[in-house]
Amino acid sequence: MSFWTDPINFVNHWLMLTLTGWGLSGFFASIIANLLGILLLITAAMVLDIMLVWVERKVVARFQGRLGPNRVGPYGLFQPFPDIIKLIIKEDITPEGADKVVFNIAPILSLASVIFLWAVVPLASTIYGVDLNVALLYLVAAGALGTLSIIMAGWSSNNKYALLGAFRQVAAMISFEIPMIVALLIPTVLAGSLSLKVITDFQSGGKWFFLLSPLGAVLFLISAIAELGRSPFDLNEGESEIVSGYHIEYTGMKFGLFYAGELLHAFTFGGFLAVLFFGGWHGPWASTHPFLGAFYFVAKAMFGYWLIMWVKYTVPRIRIDHMLAFNWKFLTPVAFALLIVTVVVHSLLKGLGFLPYALGLFLSNVLLGWITLEILRATTRKQRLALKSPEPVAQH
Amino acid sequence: MIPLSWYLFLSAALFCIGLFGVLVRRNAVAILLSVELMLNAVNINLVAFWRYGNTASMAGQVFAIIVFAVAAAEVAVGLSLIYSVYRRRSTVIADELDLMKW
Amino acid sequence: MDASQVIFILSAALIVASALMVVTTRNLIHAALWLISTLFGVAVLYALLEAGFLAVVQVVVYIGAIAIMFIFAVMLTRKELRDRGAQVNAAWPAAALLGVLTFGGLLVIFSKWDGLGRLPAEMAGTSDAMLSQLGIALTSPDLFVLPFEVASILLLAALIGSVYVAMNKK
Repeated sequence: MSFWTDPINFVNHWLMLTLTGWGLSGFFASIIANLLGILLLITAAMVLDIMLVWVERKVVARFQGRLGPNRVGPYGLFQPFPDIIKLIIKEDITPEGADKVVFNIAPILSLASVIFLWAVVPLASTIYGVDLNVALLYLVAAGALGTLSIIMAGWSSNNKYALLGAFRQVAAMISFEIPMIVALLIPTVLAGSLSLKVITDFQSGGKWFFLLSPLGAVLFLISAIAELGRSPFDLNEGESEIVSGYHIEYTGMKFGLFYAGELLHAFTFGGFLAVLFFGGWHGPWASTHPFLGAFYFVAKAMFGYWLIMWVKYTVPRIRIDHMLAFNWKFLTPVAFALLIVTVVVHSLLKGLGFLPYALGLFLSNVLLGWITLEILRATTRKQRLALKSPEPVAQH
Repeated sequence: MIPLSWYLFLSAALFCIGLFGVLVRRNAVAILLSVELMLNAVNINLVAFWRYGNTASMAGQVFAIIVFAVAAAEVAVGLSLIYSVYRRRSTVIADELDLMKW
Repeated sequence: MDASQVIFILSAALIVASALMVVTTRNLIHAALWLISTLFGVAVLYALLEAGFLAVVQVVVYIGAIAIMFIFAVMLTRKELRDRGAQVNAAWPAAALLGVLTFGGLLVIFSKWDGLGRLPAEMAGTSDAMLSQLGIALTSPDLFVLPFEVASILLLAALIGSVYVAMNKK
């Protein structure tokens, strides 16, 4: 095993040899090696996070027809560093009457719940944290911890607007977990396992799940955007709506932790979209060169992140009751219908060879999407006619 | 290696702490919190006996999953009852909800 | 003292300390947060017992849903943002005595059982195989599909019941 084909095991082996050579027992050497590996993964995620600040600001600028940061460094590449310095030197205010411990733990938990996710993402054929056989459920669990941090932030700020914003955000997040879990069940059924490594391996050779189940990818994308709390589902953060919700009382680097957590969360969900539906790290020559595979993964994750940003900067904000109605009356029935259709088609066409199977799944998705749009069209036509019918009074 | 007795002592301790909480707390929501502690103690017991007994039969884990579902249902109904009581009587202190006593 | 014993002792300490804080703290939101810490310790214990699926489901269901419901309920059932009055009623010495006696009684019952020092049995398969065994157990007609379906009906009844009870009947 060389460094280029199996980097993590190579470095681990070398570390164990060095540490035991220095006289440490095997047990402590393995603990230190594991801690160093965890530290490396977290550092990689955070460095990526810093880059994402620049990506976000450039992309939003281009969507809005302007240039974006272009002064600090070539093309404004070093812009995140002045941002970080600004946030660090701001005054750190804890409001009077706020619950100090809970107030300070909330941003840390919010960022931590995102970094937890990086442990199960397969970056390449041999670069991953751990191959958990319940990785998709772990994804939902980490989302639950993020939800918890929001309600801790809202409550401990001792501020009505923060509490209201946190309530709305948490209600939206736990409601949208249901279509997300059902959308996550679709790659599970297609690959036969909850493990992300097995799902990625299933998509080798160009059999991306996006081609087998495009409606599932769309469903996952929509519910992921709602889970992230990004526009158009960001009732909490709308400055014109609720004065930035649970973020109100957070200043300086604590707000920086929330902001960095949100960007990294969006990128991580782009990464999950890539792993679950776009083939993960697969690409030409990626199975023998892990670093090339990692590059493909980051490129696909960037594409997923760009999709999420595209939706954010194009669509106006949705009201909370519309948002919840959208979830319970539209997304959840469509998700369950898609799951049933996928399971039926999968078990019927499984033995027939890949092309009829793929074609059957794709066509069933398109059919379901078309039926959904027809039902929507009929419902909205009915609503429009109901509104139009009262005759104007002063008309001869 | 961890002997089974450690898990049993832990779950007994958690159960007794939950029992103390149910008997002692005045706020109805806090009583429900203590009931959750007792349910978790039972779950630890179930899964420990599954692991230290017959791991081929999944009965221990299935029982634990059913306990999850029952706990969720009980908390949902209990909290909605408490909220409904609060709306009428403006209190959730268990001692003050004595309208039917004479 | 190997790694699994260290992890057990740490998580057991977390569980017992958090549970004591749940039943004694004055601030009710803090009690809910200490409950979350207890539930997290129990999830670590499940992972130690090689029931990985249960560990993750514990976090999703208990911490992600039940604990959040508790926090919402605590926030909605108070007239002001602070807690007033005693949080513990007057009979607490008797209840503490009862708790200690119950614990002692349980220890006595355990000591009379000879399987107490048992060491873990062999796992009957890889963790992937165990996971699929769990799925089969929950849905197979000669195993546990009936309790599974009845639990679903129970959750449906709880859903409808709690919405109806807490509804504003205008």
